[in-house]
Amino acid sequence: MTARTLFDKVWSAHEVVAETRDTPAVLYVDLHLVHEVTTPQAFSMLKAHGLPVRRPDRTLATMDHSTPTQSAQVFGSVPIKVDAAAKQVRQMEQNAAEFGIELFGMHDARRGIVHIIGPELGLTQPGMTIVCGDSHTSTHGAFGALAFGIGTTEVGHVFATQALLQRKPKSLAINIEGRLQPGVTAKDLILAIIGQIGVSGGTGHVLEYRGSAVRALSMHERMTVCNMSIEAGARAGMIAPDEVTFEYLRGKPRAPRAKDWEAAEARWRTFGSDPGAQFDASVDVHAEHVEPMITYGTNPGMVMPIGAAIPDKKGDEVFDKAMRYMGFHGGEGMLGKPVNVVFIGSCTNGRLEDLQAAARILKGRKVAPGVHLLIVPGSQQIKRQAEASGLADIFQAAGADWRESGCSMCLGMNGDTVSAGEYSVSTSNRNFEGRQGKGARTLLASPLTAAASAVKGSIADPRELL
Amino acid sequence: MQPLKRITSRTVVIASTDIDTDQIIPARFLTTTTKEGLGKQLFADWRYQEDGAPKREFALNRAEAGGAQILVAGRNFGCGSSREHAAWALLDYGFRAVISTEIADIFRGNALKNGFLPIVVDEATAQWLLQHPGAELDIDLEALRLTLPTGASIAFGIEPFARHCLLNGLDEFGYLRSKLPEIARFEAARS
Repeated sequence: MTARTLFDKVWSAHEVVAETRDTPAVLYVDLHLVHEVTTPQAFSMLKAHGLPVRRPDRTLATMDHSTPTQSAQVFGSVPIKVDAAAKQVRQMEQNAAEFGIELFGMHDARRGIVHIIGPELGLTQPGMTIVCGDSHTSTHGAFGALAFGIGTTEVGHVFATQALLQRKPKSLAINIEGRLQPGVTAKDLILAIIGQIGVSGGTGHVLEYRGSAVRALSMHERMTVCNMSIEAGARAGMIAPDEVTFEYLRGKPRAPRAKDWEAAEARWRTFGSDPGAQFDASVDVHAEHVEPMITYGTNPGMVMPIGAAIPDKKGDEVFDKAMRYMGFHGGEGMLGKPVNVVFIGSCTNGRLEDLQAAARILKGRKVAPGVHLLIVPGSQQIKRQAEASGLADIFQAAGADWRESGCSMCLGMNGDTVSAGEYSVSTSNRNFEGRQGKGARTLLASPLTAAASAVKGSIADPRELL
Repeated sequence: MQPLKRITSRTVVIASTDIDTDQIIPARFLTTTTKEGLGKQLFADWRYQEDGAPKREFALNRAEAGGAQILVAGRNFGCGSSREHAAWALLDYGFRAVISTEIADIFRGNALKNGFLPIVVDEATAQWLLQHPGAELDIDLEALRLTLPTGASIAFGIEPFARHCLLNGLDEFGYLRSKLPEIARFEAARS
């Protein structure tokens, strides 16, 4: 038998009908994750056709994008500030009830960002196909699942059939050798990769992150890497499951148990690329050369080592437009530039380990005067863990604003926004114009860099504070 | 869906590369629960001033842009978020097609499912189009050819099944539902 990639194996295990020249494949979906923003129109489509959700048992809904992070608004003593968001939340509740879908509602202790809770529950498992109406669904690829974002029409297709029409993407191997240096995180690694291959370098491809540097990453680090695959334009990002994966999943509430676990683990072990498997393309990355990274422009590919100078591409229309928006100039350094807001959270960097990293810097220190440090845990479970382990005390003693979970300032749908012209060092995934609020200027970085910048009040290299 | 065979229209050019779906429709407008009415918020932050008045220099606000159905854009159009609201906003505004050298995967899929044509052309054709805003184009989905006012005719590709559905006014959903027996057999065989 020919050697196959991890992606080939997961794809073919879910092919209900193979693709032909004239027709796409019918691909089976194991797990459909749902949130309030990209589903109302899909539920409307079901209603128009008089159809049920075919497999509610393979569907899980949460609310994260437009939900408030202020405790009083979440727990009901104060109404949700953004009216349209409140309406969307109510509609999600109604639709979930009407179609019999399990929903982690506003007060549910298991609620959180959709890409945080899947892994947290042990629902995300190797070899699965996982979809969600959200591009950061690529996060789940960290477990060796084929996980990708879909549009709302496709959300409706999955509701009604538990399958999707898909053309098989190509494969791109990202070979990462060596070890990350101290103070350099998985976030820096993925930003460096996007800088290397560009924001459309992965278009039409499923990435597989491979090599000794990837084996050495923890699950939360793998999730950070796979999460931003879409920022390189990729359809999905995957990492072969190994002992690290199994250890993470063991004992999770919805992971298989006892006998079922043994059978599952044995099957999961088959999901790795065979020796000699052919990829359509490959790229080599040297982990030991990666520095703490920061973006300087208006897409995640406009990124550089934190101590470097902004490349001078004056005359390039796109570059000039980005510099005007950001208020920067080619050739200047970033260290020491003042910041107004620091956001630590999101499906990229809102896990407990990210909060622990931030706490390493913030412990015994204060947020610089005039800087708003907003820390938003990725889920209610992470919030409780951070409070039980003293992290929240460290944050509050430092002067940070500690909130309920949600997507929050990553996209500012819920009213958590950065004001026009302000600079925000953010652990999220997109520095597009206006992403964190109209006119907001976003600088993407790791939780270490974000925390260090909050303390200094300006863009800072975290290695100075570790 | 109405069959879509041909689009003949002038173009509007937005030359920026990497136009992400956050620019096409900013997140604050995603709280809607319907598909309609997003056209007025298309490119909102590039199109309107703080007070809501149109920015005169932006392509969509020029008099000659009125009624144009074809958008010409820089490389990697539609990158970023999976929000189908981007395709809905473009359609609601009146666009029927976008032409670029590269179009992001999720946006391309969303566009085709809504009868909006994502057309990828070679660099030379793209350059000509970027330099000739307002050019009258003919997009023939049946022949898979794009004709410029110069008479040049350029072949383009569209995923064959999506093309079949668009030409015949079919919904991909109907085809997928016809595969439900196969889907049920697949489930039975796995359990």
